[in-house]
Amino acid sequence: MTLPYIPNTAADRQAMLAAIGVGSVEELFADIPAEFRIGELGLPPALSEPELVRELSALAGRNRPVDGMPCFLGGGAYRHFIPSVVGEVIGRSEFATAYTPYQPEISQGTLQTIFEFQSMVCELTAMDVANAGMYDGASALAEACLMAAAISGRRRIALLSTVHPHHQAVVRTYAFGRGLAVDVMPPDDLALSEEHACLAVQQPNFFGYFLPDVEALERAVHAAGALFIVSADPISLGLFRPPGEYGADVVVGDGQSLGSPLNFGGPYLGLFACRQQYLRQMPGRIVGRTSDAQGRTGYVLTMQTREQHIRRERATSNICTSQQLVALAATVYLAAMGKLGLRQVAELCYHKAHYAAQRIAQLPGYALAFDGLFFKEFVVRCPSASGGPSELNRALLERCIVGGLDVSQYVENGVLLCVTEMNTRDEIDRLVEALAAIGGGA
Amino acid sequence: MSDGPRQADIGARLTFDLGKPGRTACSLPPCDVPEADLPPPSFLRREINLPELSQVELVRYFVALSRRNYSVDSGFYPLGSCTMKYNPKVHEKLACLPGFTSLHPLQPLATVQGALALMYDLQRWLADITGLDAVSLAPAAGAQGELTGILMIKAYLADRGEEGRSRVLVPDSAHGTNPATAAMGGFEVVTVASDGQGNTDTHALASALDDGVAALMLTLPNTLGLFDPNIGRIAEMLHRKGALLYGDGANLNALLGRARFGDMGFDIVHLNMHKTFSTPHGGGGPGSGPVVVKGYLAPYLPTPVVAKEGEGFVLATPERSIGRVGSFYGHFGVLVRAYAYLRTLGVEGLRQVSDNAVINANYVLARLRQAYHLPYDRRCMHEVVFSGSRQRAKGVRTLDIAKRLIDYGFHPPTVYFPLIVDEALMIEPTETESKEALDAFCDALLAIDREAEEEPQVVKEAPHTAPVGRLDEATAARRPVLRWRREVGSEP
Amino acid sequence: MPSPSDRRYTKEHEWVRVEDNMGTVGITDYAQDQLGDIVYVDLPSVGTQVKQLEKLGEIESVKAVSDLYSPVSGELVEVNQGVNDRPELVNQSPYEEGWLVRVRLADPAELDNLLTAKQYDELIAQAQET
Repeated sequence: MTLPYIPNTAADRQAMLAAIGVGSVEELFADIPAEFRIGELGLPPALSEPELVRELSALAGRNRPVDGMPCFLGGGAYRHFIPSVVGEVIGRSEFATAYTPYQPEISQGTLQTIFEFQSMVCELTAMDVANAGMYDGASALAEACLMAAAISGRRRIALLSTVHPHHQAVVRTYAFGRGLAVDVMPPDDLALSEEHACLAVQQPNFFGYFLPDVEALERAVHAAGALFIVSADPISLGLFRPPGEYGADVVVGDGQSLGSPLNFGGPYLGLFACRQQYLRQMPGRIVGRTSDAQGRTGYVLTMQTREQHIRRERATSNICTSQQLVALAATVYLAAMGKLGLRQVAELCYHKAHYAAQRIAQLPGYALAFDGLFFKEFVVRCPSASGGPSELNRALLERCIVGGLDVSQYVENGVLLCVTEMNTRDEIDRLVEALAAIGGGA
Repeated sequence: MSDGPRQADIGARLTFDLGKPGRTACSLPPCDVPEADLPPPSFLRREINLPELSQVELVRYFVALSRRNYSVDSGFYPLGSCTMKYNPKVHEKLACLPGFTSLHPLQPLATVQGALALMYDLQRWLADITGLDAVSLAPAAGAQGELTGILMIKAYLADRGEEGRSRVLVPDSAHGTNPATAAMGGFEVVTVASDGQGNTDTHALASALDDGVAALMLTLPNTLGLFDPNIGRIAEMLHRKGALLYGDGANLNALLGRARFGDMGFDIVHLNMHKTFSTPHGGGGPGSGPVVVKGYLAPYLPTPVVAKEGEGFVLATPERSIGRVGSFYGHFGVLVRAYAYLRTLGVEGLRQVSDNAVINANYVLARLRQAYHLPYDRRCMHEVVFSGSRQRAKGVRTLDIAKRLIDYGFHPPTVYFPLIVDEALMIEPTETESKEALDAFCDALLAIDREAEEEPQVVKEAPHTAPVGRLDEATAARRPVLRWRREVGSEP
Repeated sequence: MPSPSDRRYTKEHEWVRVEDNMGTVGITDYAQDQLGDIVYVDLPSVGTQVKQLEKLGEIESVKAVSDLYSPVSGELVEVNQGVNDRPELVNQSPYEEGWLVRVRLADPAELDNLLTAKQYDELIAQAQET
């Protein structure tokens, strides 16, 4: 079997073995003790390219993609519009097959796009500095909490209960490593003490709502001497006040909404930005602008002494590979949407979600679970006649509609619905009709 | 790659500097629903400062930037411990199928059985390849895989009342992520010396090994590209003392289809999809760092894992799980490519990979050993480490050699790592390079060695043909400029 | 060039020059040369109690971090702001403008534990031979 990805022929190998001075390739593996040498493994036989395409297409065919159906599912992963320029740029193999830009002279493409990304994240969040990206919103939040602990020397992390449950879980995992305690508190019953390194909030929160008085919260956090961490939906920042303007010390979030598909949960993109004074404690890669001896502008990885390859056990984080190509997608997305486009996307989400909420609230048996300001997600209590959220979603799927997230473990009979610029009025009306029928109402 | 005046100072103009107010690169539909009242102004932002470009300008800008990048598709990357092998194009096409990209992680499991089947099979094959029992595909990259493994060790020991095991041993040749990860796990890091053959010094290990040690983190073959024949004994020493053996699987390319971590006594290993398994490096990610473990550690794996239930697949939470390491299930988009790669290699292909990788590295060793000092004079595996010490004596450093290679059309090898080799030059050809490519590379290094003798200045001032010359990294660190600013372009 | 004789040295390449029980501390020319371009110096705040040969702070070049050790014990009374703004001062003038901190000596007898200029020069001569 000749693999297209292994150029050397038997003749090439013969010549090379002769140059090395051995008779067979087996001799090159002599250091491996005989007891560890194995026979054949249990993998299936090799496939040629056409066979591979057939196999994988069949596997893909066993899934029901949400594209092509009205989809109202959010909960931390979102179907937003991806302009075709994004795919064109990240599909260029000069970007996709490049290594981490440790040799800046031949990596200016990657490095300049990272500088662009950092700039855009700062603009979006109204913060001073941003890194080149982290794995996802959840781990970015966790790293922000660890950073707060390192800066303050305090051993407890506080999270609002309305932070996404998966993000809370990841914070706990990371906190376990450093032996930090995690306290989850409801927004109306803050119990911050001088032991808390930070308070983290999500805007809008897991249920889609904004804090009614975030300034009061910020005052309370800073009065306790803790850092104020905000996890923000980047699309919402096209319309809503950025956390840098209301006193955030660190802003994190997930950039999947900025030009990346759902991809069954990954790869996504952690956004991370903070105040200038915390720059040296910030984890992740950072690119800086400089010049060469001839005065040409160039970009380099800078402040590398924070990172694992230099500071080792004293590094700000162990992170090495991050999410560069996904960050590039976000950069192209933001450049393509631009000043006007991002605001437009946010407004479309806002208006469509409010239209949907208003129509659903009028259906007998259905009610909005919360008052307050929401962006693109909201929670609806469904009537018992619907059979509960899971049953409701099953019935919706039969009508080829992907329903919202079952949040009945937090809100009785609750469904978290998401409406973005990708949902047409027609789709929303169809959802409302279906809900009416399933709920046994008019 | 140099393009004369047209490429002059592209770096000075970002998207923010291009375009004009009112331009946009994409179009959105008008609002088709009655507009709701906007929130009060106190909730809204006044302005957002993002670029305003037409699509034409946008595309030309990014295309111009792409031409300033070296990549696997443009040339050889001899980077040790990175396994920069070729990224098959059919994987890109398959990973973009809507049946994969358009799956929401929270949609009903019954509607994503194809995705779960893919993950389940990948779990099985990674276990088989490594000789271990249970797998988590959740970690987002190698470093997160390491963290996952370290936290599992911590949880396992805590369950046994052994929190007193507060130290993790790490060889002096270890990659920086190893000690950084151990510290993130709350462990104290103790370094174990390597011996004169480049193996772990078993006497040093014995001295360091006591009841306070939780684990040893080993890369095998190690970062010198050498296989430690004492691995069986090392595993035994650790287990006898109640400690675990963690494997950094970055160098698996040398062992594919030949030897398995589980057989050698490793308890936990992380793998790198973006190294051994051909997924593209992306300029710095996304990668994927699955963790494979011995059966007794399976209950501690992060949640969720893909499990079989009857005829179908489900997501399951291991009983003593350390919890979530990411929002969802791992980098599915990357895992699709790794799956496709294993289907392409098949059982026959695994050995072809390791055979050719090891032959290629030994060939480079043979061709360069007269000119470059080989600190450990023995057979290497898939990568070889030289020292630029001879050239240093002539006044030319490894850094200069690396930069001069750029003028010859190559990306430099890994330099100044591992730390235990002076002026280190680590070369990993991978199996996807041809003999001709390797000959051209070796010829270049031999030419540079002659230049170091005859005209050192041309080496010390290299690169001469890249889009920019050596950059002022000192000023970049002293007075960081980390973002674009409106007033003066990009001043702090 | 021989190291200045008006001060004492540690094996870790720090120097201290004492006047009226006030010690000015910095790193040697050999050290700055070995470190390369210095990009950042991390020093404790005024008022900190420091101890002889214990870690005082960190000094960073582009690709490395080195620990700084205090040559003397006492109270840190001054930090060189100039070095904060322009770390290159340490490279350019390690014995004068590139000083790092001033310490009020707790015990002048401690100076006997340190190397003289001549002893320090012998130390680095040996290091350069290997």
